[in-house]
Amino acid sequence: MSPAPLREPAVRRRAPAPRRAHQTVAGYVFLSPWLVGLFAITAIPMLLSLYLSFTDYDVLTSISDANWVGWDNYRRMFTADPAYWHSVRVTVTFALVAVPLKLLAALGVALLLNRPFRGVGLFRGLFYLPSLLGGSVALAIVWESMFNRDGAFNSLLAVFGITGQPWVTDPKWALETLMLLAVWQFGAPMVIFLAGLKQVPVELYEAAEVDGAGAGRRFVHITLPMLSPVIFFNLVLETINGFQGFTAAFVISNGEGGPVDSTLMYTLNLYINGFGRLDMGYASALAWVFLIAIGIVTVVLFRTGRFWVHYSDSEGS
Amino acid sequence: MRRRLRAAALLLIVAVVLYPLIWMVGTSVKSPEEVVSNIGLLPDTFTPGNFADGWNNFDVSFGRFFLNSIMVSGLTVLGNVVSCLFAAYALGRLRFRLRGMWFAIMIGTLLLPGHVLIIPQYILFRSLGWVGGDWPYLPLLVPQFLATEAFFVFLMIQFIRGIPRELDEAATIDGASPYRIFRHVILPLSRPALVTTAIFSFIWTWNDFFRQLVYLSDLKDYTVPVALTLFIDSTSESSVGPMFAMSLLSLVPVFLFFVAFQRMLVEGINTSGLKG
Repeated sequence: MSPAPLREPAVRRRAPAPRRAHQTVAGYVFLSPWLVGLFAITAIPMLLSLYLSFTDYDVLTSISDANWVGWDNYRRMFTADPAYWHSVRVTVTFALVAVPLKLLAALGVALLLNRPFRGVGLFRGLFYLPSLLGGSVALAIVWESMFNRDGAFNSLLAVFGITGQPWVTDPKWALETLMLLAVWQFGAPMVIFLAGLKQVPVELYEAAEVDGAGAGRRFVHITLPMLSPVIFFNLVLETINGFQGFTAAFVISNGEGGPVDSTLMYTLNLYINGFGRLDMGYASALAWVFLIAIGIVTVVLFRTGRFWVHYSDSEGS
Repeated sequence: MRRRLRAAALLLIVAVVLYPLIWMVGTSVKSPEEVVSNIGLLPDTFTPGNFADGWNNFDVSFGRFFLNSIMVSGLTVLGNVVSCLFAAYALGRLRFRLRGMWFAIMIGTLLLPGHVLIIPQYILFRSLGWVGGDWPYLPLLVPQFLATEAFFVFLMIQFIRGIPRELDEAATIDGASPYRIFRHVILPLSRPALVTTAIFSFIWTWNDFFRQLVYLSDLKDYTVPVALTLFIDSTSESSVGPMFAMSLLSLVPVFLFFVAFQRMLVEGINTSGLKG
């Protein structure tokens, strides 16, 4: 089953007046924890952080002592802080490389698993396991050690007579090891692809076969278009996740984004500014720009999606 | 021929996927010398002492860290299951003024990245005296009791929509209030969604690092992920074995959940698109 569309549940018909009043009270009773959370934990803190992003608030003094600095934090971010642009580059590079590779791996393996054979469930489970262990510190530690000078990766290379190097401490390769970790966790999008593949009507393939279409043509003209909503869903989800990578970057760089800022993901930079340097005003500005950037990326993805996402229940492709 | 090719490809992928995990298990029982010199997956000399060494490596034993993590994860599960089901029942089933607006806002918060909220929430909790207070877990737990995990609200709404509305209508005709319908119709029939939420809620909280790193500052309050990073600060060759031993132990609860609920986990993510 593919993910259900984000649509408001349909209300079927108007209920009689007394019952509706009854339901309104009950509705707000059941909604009250969520409403408290929405205002107290989400909305008001967000507005506060918008205000603080225009101040030099440092968390140690009270909020009323924070000085209004206007657009200074934003100006500093865009014009005077090389680490900022560096973190943007690192994050965008990571997302641009790791997300497509991860989706390719997920789709490829899903195609391999799409035919029934003995033990298919076991394979599916094993491939999903790395995703489940996902953002854990333990896994990041393993990865860090594996790509060290004495790590398993170099041992493997040595078998082929290649002399390795300490990958995680080399600014040229540190980010690549993080990408590899992300690709290795292809299991979650794979499961979603598998579900999508099950939805493709078998008749389409049969008809194409009768028309003499080979496996390649069937894949390009049937599988890909039929799967495009699921590809799109995975793309959006993984892109947003990719921008938020924190744990592995933190662990591999000992919380500093090194070597030479090569793994300074945006969220790690935000953490360093806010909780390392206690520069909460600046960190608030970083968070707001991040929010807007993710919003823009999502909108752009949805806009471009119109051109290649095919919904079988609508006109055209 | 093609079947053989497929089988070979799958076996190769299994090897790549499992290699890091097997290597982790092997390293956790290697002696300090072997960590450097032995390129094999498995050790020549089995060194189970790494587990005892890792357990007692810091002033506070890992047992304490595990208890802290179990408590945080357990209460998070409780909070999410209860508060998200309340919100889902209201938004997915009851008819009341402004429901459409609240539903749209809920979907909006679903897309809101957690990292954006961490700074303002930290400031809020700090001003309430909860950060570094008598019980430093309040900032981690209170939001979970207020249905702030929109993903679970959404998942349960999708599920509740599948429960036949005729059941509510029949109960209403019999004079049942929305509270009774919740208690006697929705709650018992929502069990699969609640179990899915509970499992994912536990695993994600167990693996979560960012929020625990931000809010926990006293060694005795550390959870397992935060405690694990203590090893990295002082990586010498002698601590690699113990570090791996504790990393491995930290994955055991997740692994047990995985073995027990494998089918549900896999189905859970493809019906709802849950991230892994």
